Amino acid sequence: MDWLSPQEWDAVALSLRVSLWATLCSLPFGIFIAYALSRWQFWGKQALNGLVHLPLILPPVVTGYLLLLSFGTQAPLGGFLQDFGIVFAFRWTGAALAAAVMGFPLMVRAIRLSLDAVDPKLEQAAATLGASPLWIFVTVTLPLILPGVIVGTILGFAKAMGEFGATITFVSNIPGQTQTLPTAIYGFLQVPGGESSALRLVVISLIVALSALILSELLAARVARKVRGT
Amino acid sequence: MTLSVTVKHRFSGFDLDVGFDAPAGVTALFGRSGSGKTTVVQTIAGLLRPTAGQVTVNGKTLFDSATGVWVPPAKRRIGYVFQEGRLFPHLSVHQNLRYGAWFAKRRQGAASFNHVVDLLGIAPLLERRPAALSGGEKQRVAIGRALLSAPDLLLMDEPLAALDEARKLEILPYLERLRDETAIPMIYVSHTVAEIARLATTIVVLNDGKLLRSGPASEVLGDPAIPFPLGVRRAGALLTAQVVAHHDDGLSELAIGAGRLYLPLINAAAGTRIRVRIAAQDVVLATRKPDHISALNILKGRVAEVREGDGPGVMVSVDVDGQTVLARITRRSRDALGLRVEMTCYAITKSVAIARDDIGISGV
Repeated sequence: MDWLSPQEWDAVALSLRVSLWATLCSLPFGIFIAYALSRWQFWGKQALNGLVHLPLILPPVVTGYLLLLSFGTQAPLGGFLQDFGIVFAFRWTGAALAAAVMGFPLMVRAIRLSLDAVDPKLEQAAATLGASPLWIFVTVTLPLILPGVIVGTILGFAKAMGEFGATITFVSNIPGQTQTLPTAIYGFLQVPGGESSALRLVVISLIVALSALILSELLAARVARKVRGT
Repeated sequence: MTLSVTVKHRFSGFDLDVGFDAPAGVTALFGRSGSGKTTVVQTIAGLLRPTAGQVTVNGKTLFDSATGVWVPPAKRRIGYVFQEGRLFPHLSVHQNLRYGAWFAKRRQGAASFNHVVDLLGIAPLLERRPAALSGGEKQRVAIGRALLSAPDLLLMDEPLAALDEARKLEILPYLERLRDETAIPMIYVSHTVAEIARLATTIVVLNDGKLLRSGPASEVLGDPAIPFPLGVRRAGALLTAQVVAHHDDGLSELAIGAGRLYLPLINAAAGTRIRVRIAAQDVVLATRKPDHISALNILKGRVAEVREGDGPGVMVSVDVDGQTVLARITRRSRDALGLRVEMTCYAITKSVAIARDDIGISGV
């Protein structure tokens, strides 16, 4: 791959790694929060809903700064996690956390929409057939929301690939450490003669984003057909 | 098996307060829409937790608001056939049927898969998805799925209500076989008299959230006093008769006590016991044996009760060899005939007036 310089290649590889981890780690939480918001009535539900959607409406730089305030090595939470060897600030793990937080509302929305469309009567029927709540979720609910889970996952992944503001605020823009595709593009645009590098990364961004969208549409439609049994 | 249930529940503008015992066989919960039938079965299944009440099956308490006992639905061993089938769309018919059986596999006495498939005639459907089934087929699969979960009790909540007449007639014989060939007691919810007349051994009548009457099917349907929630026009007594012969002219001959009934051809061998509901308004009464008359069914009996209603009609119950025939006639006719209790009279019905869905196989 000599059409990309090592620094450019680093940025692409890091972006893929960051996005993959961000998506995979947030998926279980995404499904859980979506389920809670769709099915349960509890105190503070609106607050939780607002909190989940906050990164969607806050300026990303604010989200990044809030992450820095909470997970920086000087912050109580960051310091606590550091005792267990988990460090986010100025590491690629921090980029993954920022990407996960920013992609989370998109993921939760997609999954919640498909959960709202599942008829709770089917879950009742499963209960009368002897299935415990956990089994009902695994054998009935999860298969039926699979199209939404796929869409949510791919949207979350695409968002993670494109995340800029929170990432650069939280973990800065260190080549080979925390420099992802968008922050690398930004970096190249800041130095004279960096336009060609930036352009190559822009093309890669476009390809990744478009394939993710097309893939998610195709996959979701296919799974939805299978689930409906038609 | 016995089921004992009491339910007290408040809805907005509607109080439900009923209690009854259901013996073995098919117990029909009968009443108008909104009379509380579904709330009662949902309470039995554990899908709804009422304000107060108690559910006991075979002496095992599943719910008791007084002591706080609450067995979750998955542990109740109560099969539930819903009005809309509720098959899992992402699973094949075969997988749907196996679903309950899988959770019941440690239990003793799970009905055998092949037996249930044969009983319901669903073998050709096994590889299909629910989306590719007709309404009637869906309901048969739903019944099979509930049966294969090895339930102690089967609840059927208007399983035929969403089907057209032809589909109902298609499924009713399977339900009769279910009643007669499996030992599983059933609670059958319906607001259709014909279904209940064909299937029920016991009838529980609900009206506006209250228990109106309960008892053996023939007794409840044959009671002239029952102001049926559906009105006198739907009243009609249940008779049990035995097939004697089938005739070339499209009629089946049945023995009822000393008399004979002629019905449109029945698909049942000689000797089979048949239950038939005769609508009270289709019965003509005579005090002398009629002659030169086109009606074929003339049953000799004795007037057991004459009950006046609000309108121009009276309900006469006629005892025919221990069975009851209800006849709805006008007050004017009663006076003209001078009908009194203990009088001998003849109950007359046209064979063609008896609808096909009023004739069923008798399990008892």
